[in-house]
Amino acid sequence: MRRFQQWALLAIMLALCTSALTAQQTYPYNGVYDQRSGHFAFTGATVHVGPDRMVDNATLIIRKGKVVEVTAAGSVPAGAVEVKMDGKHIYPSFVEAYGSYGMPEAKRGGGGWGDPPQTDSKTPGAFSWNQAMRSETEAAAMFKADAKAAKSLRDAGFGTVSTHHQDGISRGSAAVVSLADGKENDLILKRRSAHHLSFSKGSSRQNYPSSRMGTMALLRQAYHDAAWYKKQNGEETNLSIEAWNDLQALPQIFDASGNWQDNLRADMIGDEFGKQYILLGGGDEYQRLQALKESGATFILPLKFPKTYDVADPFAADLINLGQLRHWERAPANMAAVAKAGIPFVITTHGHKKMSDFTAALRKAIKSGADAKVAFAALTTGPAELLGIGDMVGTLEKGKLASFFVTDKDYFTDEATVYQHWVQGKPYVLKDLDVVSLADGYELMIDGKSFKGEVSGKTGSQKMKIIAAGDTTGVEATTSTANGLMTLRFKPEDADGFYRLVGAPTTEGGYAGTGQDPTGKTINWSAKATDGDDAPEKKDKQEKKEEDDKMEFVSRLTYPNIAYGADAGAMKVGKYLIRNATVWTNESEGILENTDVLIDNGKIAAVGKGLSAGGATVIDGEGMHVTAGIIDEHSHIALSSVNEGSQVSSAEVRMNDVIDATDENIYRQLAGGVTTSQLLHGSANPIGGQSALIKLRWGKTPEEMKFAGADGFIKFALGENVKQSNWGDLYRNRYPQTRMGVEQIFESYFSRAKEYGEAMKAGKLVRRDLDLEALLEILNEERFITCHSYQQGEINMLMKVADRHGFRVNTFTHILEGYKVADQMAEHGAAGSTFSDWWAYKYEVNEAIPYNGAIMHKQGVLTGFNSDDAEMARRLNQEAGKAVLFGGVSEEDALKFVTLNPAKMLHIDDRVGSIKAGKDADVVVWNNHPLSIYARAEHTFVDGIEYFNRAKDAEMRKAVREERNALIQKSLDAKKGGAKTQRPSGKKRRTLHCNSLDHMQEKHAH
Amino acid sequence: MTCVNNKQRSILTLLFLTFLCTCVSAQNPTPAADQDRPVVFRKATIHVGDGTVLEEMDILFDEGKIVTIEKDLPAPANADIMDATGKHIYPGMIALNTQLGLTEIGAVRSTNDQRETGRINPNARALIAFNTDSQVIPTVRSRGVLLAQITPVGGMVSGRSSMVQLDGWNFEDAVVGEDDGVHINWPRRNSWSWQTRTISENKEYPKQVAGLENFMKEAAAYCGAGRTGERLLKLEAMCEAIAGSKNVYLHMHGPREMMHAVQLVKKMGGKPVIVGGHESHLIADFLKREKVPVILMSTQSLPDSQDEGVDGPYAKPALLAEAGVEFAISHGGYWEQRNLPFVAGQAVGFGLDYEQAIKAVTLTPARIAGIDKMYGSLEEGKSATLIVTAGDVLDMRTNNIELAFIDGRKIDLDNKQAELSRKFMEKYRRGK
Repeated sequence: MRRFQQWALLAIMLALCTSALTAQQTYPYNGVYDQRSGHFAFTGATVHVGPDRMVDNATLIIRKGKVVEVTAAGSVPAGAVEVKMDGKHIYPSFVEAYGSYGMPEAKRGGGGWGDPPQTDSKTPGAFSWNQAMRSETEAAAMFKADAKAAKSLRDAGFGTVSTHHQDGISRGSAAVVSLADGKENDLILKRRSAHHLSFSKGSSRQNYPSSRMGTMALLRQAYHDAAWYKKQNGEETNLSIEAWNDLQALPQIFDASGNWQDNLRADMIGDEFGKQYILLGGGDEYQRLQALKESGATFILPLKFPKTYDVADPFAADLINLGQLRHWERAPANMAAVAKAGIPFVITTHGHKKMSDFTAALRKAIKSGADAKVAFAALTTGPAELLGIGDMVGTLEKGKLASFFVTDKDYFTDEATVYQHWVQGKPYVLKDLDVVSLADGYELMIDGKSFKGEVSGKTGSQKMKIIAAGDTTGVEATTSTANGLMTLRFKPEDADGFYRLVGAPTTEGGYAGTGQDPTGKTINWSAKATDGDDAPEKKDKQEKKEEDDKMEFVSRLTYPNIAYGADAGAMKVGKYLIRNATVWTNESEGILENTDVLIDNGKIAAVGKGLSAGGATVIDGEGMHVTAGIIDEHSHIALSSVNEGSQVSSAEVRMNDVIDATDENIYRQLAGGVTTSQLLHGSANPIGGQSALIKLRWGKTPEEMKFAGADGFIKFALGENVKQSNWGDLYRNRYPQTRMGVEQIFESYFSRAKEYGEAMKAGKLVRRDLDLEALLEILNEERFITCHSYQQGEINMLMKVADRHGFRVNTFTHILEGYKVADQMAEHGAAGSTFSDWWAYKYEVNEAIPYNGAIMHKQGVLTGFNSDDAEMARRLNQEAGKAVLFGGVSEEDALKFVTLNPAKMLHIDDRVGSIKAGKDADVVVWNNHPLSIYARAEHTFVDGIEYFNRAKDAEMRKAVREERNALIQKSLDAKKGGAKTQRPSGKKRRTLHCNSLDHMQEKHAH
Repeated sequence: MTCVNNKQRSILTLLFLTFLCTCVSAQNPTPAADQDRPVVFRKATIHVGDGTVLEEMDILFDEGKIVTIEKDLPAPANADIMDATGKHIYPGMIALNTQLGLTEIGAVRSTNDQRETGRINPNARALIAFNTDSQVIPTVRSRGVLLAQITPVGGMVSGRSSMVQLDGWNFEDAVVGEDDGVHINWPRRNSWSWQTRTISENKEYPKQVAGLENFMKEAAAYCGAGRTGERLLKLEAMCEAIAGSKNVYLHMHGPREMMHAVQLVKKMGGKPVIVGGHESHLIADFLKREKVPVILMSTQSLPDSQDEGVDGPYAKPALLAEAGVEFAISHGGYWEQRNLPFVAGQAVGFGLDYEQAIKAVTLTPARIAGIDKMYGSLEEGKSATLIVTAGDVLDMRTNNIELAFIDGRKIDLDNKQAELSRKFMEKYRRGK
């Protein structure tokens, strides 16, 4: 039972209290000197000094904006104003590590749709060439206190913010500021607290970088430039680089755009340059705890949870995929999962526009299993230590800022109300401490008539219902408890008018006073407090509610966490014996009938007849065909971006940086028998980016998918795409616009790369240039070219360029006119990886023919078929079949077009591409002749792990349906329970092609 | 699935010779001359096109029409008689909803005639833009596709399609079904943004549908009034479709939208045909009840959503067949049409009966487009538009089209690509 409590009236006193901040020392003073010391003693409250120390019935003493001491039941020192806080809780103000408080809005730097690309920075002055590299930005210099924003943060418990201008890739330094009001000179607590970085260009409209891998390359180059800058002698003055160098000793905080993959990408760059970034979390950490833990990073976790999807309309509900529904269910438990995994983290309000939403999210996260004490630390000591301001804020220990807030209950576990927030010793009243808490009910005696008053609601907004004696239904009364008096107005159902009553508190916890009855007669009344009869029931309700809130998931957690994601247990190496199948060895043995293949320990252990199972899972291969896994030499699946086409050469970018392990097309292609894919940069520029080679290890991280130990490749391109022929009239300026220019680009870049290599070798002070370094690797035959090409002239040209510069073009990809220069290709030693039958979609493929593959093959060119298409890659076996149809390649050789030959092109034929003991167990079992339209992959193995099994796939479909339904039902329950909802909006991947740009939509041309 | 006998490769050397010609003409082959004598194939496996197959059967056609199909038929004295043991004979395949002959090189604007500007273009007629001399056509024909529905694209009402045979001098002798229907791109209830990669509700949907409905009602009123007053071409172009003598092709996918559109068109007296119909299996009963056929767009596409099974699109024809919905299989695009047989084959790999797959690229398309009186199946009295293959036409392993006839005329199966192949093989033969 709760009784109303009396509080000292503080409001007026607090409103008149002058600033406890020390006035600016250097500023002249107007009037008589009146700098009071802000000496207060707060008594009777439970003071949470820090997450680990709590003092009951404490006395907290502050003076001159700082904490003097916290003692248990201590005395009030002379000269201090006592503030009685009996029963209240006092917490140190929270610290926001990722704020933008007091910063100007980032203005878009002009340019937009319909404008030609911007090649140069628009920042005037001696700054970086790239407009998004804004290391010189200093939050302290831009900071301007903002009363409205400060109030909303204080209301949520925050007293200190490390704020930065959230614009650009290098965003310069953050400043720690207090959320008091006053002159900025006093509010800035630390001028430089962190260096902020991100993957977003922000307001810059400069065309470079235009992709994630371009951004990553730019960051790498920035580290190299900075190192060179320190050594160089007055060759260049660059204020951005100087600032960058100055910021390196600070904490490095990285906003990687909000998902676990991007965070791993950021961490990878940090690792390369000896930096441990602090990472802004994506809220999806629970999906990859292990990898994120291994990053060693501390996370700044936002608490932004998806609203419940409004799935009342079944067709609209179909827009949302299982992954989205799962995330809706599990996002609130992310913090608990991160904590449980032992990943260090702090909490940010980032992403919340309304601070009340942040508070609600924080409580939801705690109800979803996060430890309150850990959350407390993650809002106070955690960020304080992270930013190196632990000596100033984070706890209420002696000497720290007197920044704290006052609540009626435990802030983290109860629905507490914040009453006051003191920042730097300066009070801000949020809610009247005077507010009266009514009893659960009252017995009213009004002019001799007896009534019952039932109270409901929270303190501050309680309501009373008045029920006449003997009645069951009552009427709502208008009540007020302002100034400690109770005012009541109500109209009984049978009365002609209102009772209007005013009463003062009695010592028994009730009220008594006078008023007027409906007739206007002056009457006496009294109210006696009662324990609510329904109190036990209320408690039950409370408990029940808590039970409801306890998280029980109906969703599964898979890798990746979408439909058809792999179970953690599914990604295990097994031992398998495929018995009595037709085995296409791709070796001199040819095609073997009634043959067994044994897979063990990730390798093909044996190929032969009558092999013994020895505990292996036996697959009946009767009527089945076994082939090596399909290798797609030209793929753009499993990538977050494809083109960094803003400059003529982007040799510095690495597709390895942007592998997207969550792409469902990985699974779909396993279902088509694909086991290895080369992920290429696009064809927007003559010198593209460095290729990635992955095995389709569905469920693993990008790092784990990489084909370890493989040679490095790079994408080049020729023809219409690099000339921007089909890009529209805005793209008429970037060099080259003709095939003539394309040749000169190669000539120029290879010459420069050679000179660069010589200068390096000579030990000169050379600025490391990642672009030229990649090209130098080609000259040194340490990196190999896959060149997008169509017409014979340009194919010929590139081979001549290579001859002049002493290297070999490894592979021409697409190469639809390879049949015209097959003899020259064979002589040069270039392979041809083509489409089986594509043509007519642009001028340069007007003489493309489906006999191309067969003719190149017959002329001795190492020939393959590739996809460049997420859909077609699922049927590359059928495409190989077309080499038989068009040009009569033997079936055995045709299959090699999509298996062994691409393996050779990629220099991995010692590992994959054929069925041979000792090779990687990348094996497909087909239900039919593998070149037939009717063939289906039944089992697909990579490294001896069965990543696809058609029978299990059928079960999974059923499971997906059931899980979807369970989550939809849960969403409907949540909606019924009053959860905020959002209209369904589905996520659908954009399928990327050769010419896909991050900033514009391609027509479908390859 | 039909088993293929690949042993007998020697056939009809005489007829085969033109195909092996090494001359370089740089022009499309000359359209074939009219049939001048009866032709008999003996002991062929005849895929009728209606879902049935006849083993070891003879077929006789004369003056462009099939005279009889029977065992050991008596051949006329002057007939060319050919042993087709082990061979397969199919009706010429029909590519629906294609831009063949409307565009030559996708990226070259001057070769594109498939998309008229503006939103409402029912008056636009694809037929007159159909370029019989397109170099793409012979490449498609040589894979067994002998008829096509030349179809405009774009806007809300794209225009009218026509049915053509693929061996014509000009659009007039090519046409076999003039202006067979109006093509409507039903507004999408949801729109996908490539930038945010989200699918969300198309807020304009009700307005767009109301606009379309209104247009159709205005057209109905205009047509019903006996076309008095000013002549309005756009409204006039709708008259036959609204009266039900031509089709209303509804390009759309969503189940609710399809039900709405079908009811709207039927109420006006029109004959709706669903084109695309990704989700038509979800309303299969409705479509069957309303007797609305579906032209399934390429089933060789990625699943519509992350949650759909990996082979969702591949398996759709089998689902529709099982539900008893009349459907044709189509492939879209223009040069891609040469893969039409393989798209049908893919459906067989995922559960569709083989002869049903044949039907979905022969008789059903002919029925939908209203040319089934003459085309689409091998029956007495129908046009001798057929192909003779050494093996299974739906499988790339065996899709060797040895002979093709359109209205009894023996078609030259050569094409620019085969010619280029010969040209450069000659280069290598010479050692250049």
